[in-house]
Amino acid sequence: MSLRRVWAVFLRQAYLYRRSFPRALEVFYWPTLDILLWGFVSIYLQKSSAGLPRFVAFFLGALILWDILFRAQQGITVSFLEDMWARNLINLFVSPMRVSEYLAGLVLVSILKVVISFVVMSTLAGLFYSFSIFKLGLLLLPMVLNLVAMGWAIGIVTMALILRFGQEAEVLAWAVAFLFMPISAVFYPVDVLPPLLRGVAFFVPSSHTFEAMRGAINGDIRVVELATATVENAVYIVLSLIFFRLIYRNALKRGVLPKIGE
Amino acid sequence: MVILRVEALEKEFARTRALKGVSFSLREGEILGVLGPNGAGKTTLIHCILGLVEPTKGRVEVFGLQMDRHRSEILSRVNFASSYVSLPYSLTVEENLVVYAYLYGISNPRQRIREVLELFEIWHLRGKTTRGLSTGQMTRLCLAKAMLNRPKLLMLDEPTAGLDPEIAAKTRTLLMRLKECEGLSVLYTSHNLREMEKVADRVIFLHEGRIIAEGPSSQLLSSHGVGSLEELFFKVLKG
Repeated sequence: MSLRRVWAVFLRQAYLYRRSFPRALEVFYWPTLDILLWGFVSIYLQKSSAGLPRFVAFFLGALILWDILFRAQQGITVSFLEDMWARNLINLFVSPMRVSEYLAGLVLVSILKVVISFVVMSTLAGLFYSFSIFKLGLLLLPMVLNLVAMGWAIGIVTMALILRFGQEAEVLAWAVAFLFMPISAVFYPVDVLPPLLRGVAFFVPSSHTFEAMRGAINGDIRVVELATATVENAVYIVLSLIFFRLIYRNALKRGVLPKIGE
Repeated sequence: MVILRVEALEKEFARTRALKGVSFSLREGEILGVLGPNGAGKTTLIHCILGLVEPTKGRVEVFGLQMDRHRSEILSRVNFASSYVSLPYSLTVEENLVVYAYLYGISNPRQRIREVLELFEIWHLRGKTTRGLSTGQMTRLCLAKAMLNRPKLLMLDEPTAGLDPEIAAKTRTLLMRLKECEGLSVLYTSHNLREMEKVADRVIFLHEGRIIAEGPSSQLLSSHGVGSLEELFFKVLKG
């Protein structure tokens, strides 16, 4: 793998955000809006339901962590879409760049987006609601890593679907992650789900991560939940890469790579 | 020395056979023109050579290496420009080239970028976003990108479409010079048949996925009893 080529993929996206005010704004806009809106909602709900302990912490912690997953996925998929919209994929894929280098470059973009979003949200949560996500302590690290990994797996699968079904499927870039939201039990415990969905949720790494987060806020360290999420993510990352490779090979056979985005 | 060898290349899509057993070779320092009407298979041929489309049958060898096994190695010495492919609009001319300089592993990218931009007379546009370029300027930028890595094999798909006659002539002169001085080999498609006569050492005529005529322009003209490639084009199409 050539680090220069990985850097080139990252640089292309970085230049894009530097040159495009609406895109740069988007990185700050949604996290800010989310934290302000849901922060005030959670304060209001806490006041009106006095029996519910640590409501703000549960809610804002979940919001910040969910955004990590979403930004990690967007960093992959939207960056791919940018190349598709710019009709730049041909130029990229006739260069010596390997598919693995392209993916690695998008992963770097994704990390940058996650970092920016995390800084914005955790700062605002501290300023407006005196909530610090760092209260989760060292457990925050495996939580973040697990959510980022799941975001990447979803991002790679979404990118493969766009490659397979073309520009018509680009809406998936914003939709697929939210498909996992109800069964991720972001804002409520997994116990709330009906038995069938609880079974499904077991195979969704983010559901374990959010359970671990709620546990940590209550002072209960749930290592098993985080370990389960880690194993599942490792499997899903590998499966997503295999899936992408199959779709990419198929795209070469069908000759769609030069036409995608037209 | 043979730079590119295409053997019995076939490409079948869902409902069409775009290439039906195409074979030819391209030597070092040679400009090979690919002629043919729309839908003849010219672009599919270029995409197969570049590894963007997987052939159904047949073989593509570049620098004696097979594309499917040595893709990255081959493509570091090849480049491509097409008037139908653009570069990201939100980036400046220079930023676009910086990205490609890294992709092609160019040492001292800033100096090389200056060289290629001066070569195509667009150095003064380096700070401008590509969104603001005219069609001709964009074409020149794509050609500059194609020269960044000092390719040994250049694939050009309608490279001068959209260029004014002066810049088109300069581009042709430049290609001839690079061919003479650096042994650059070029595979060139164009609908501008006069341009093809001036530039190409040899042409292949593709029709419905098959090569139906091949040779140096002068030889093809005399063997078909015509005065220009344009006449040959219509004669061959009429069968």
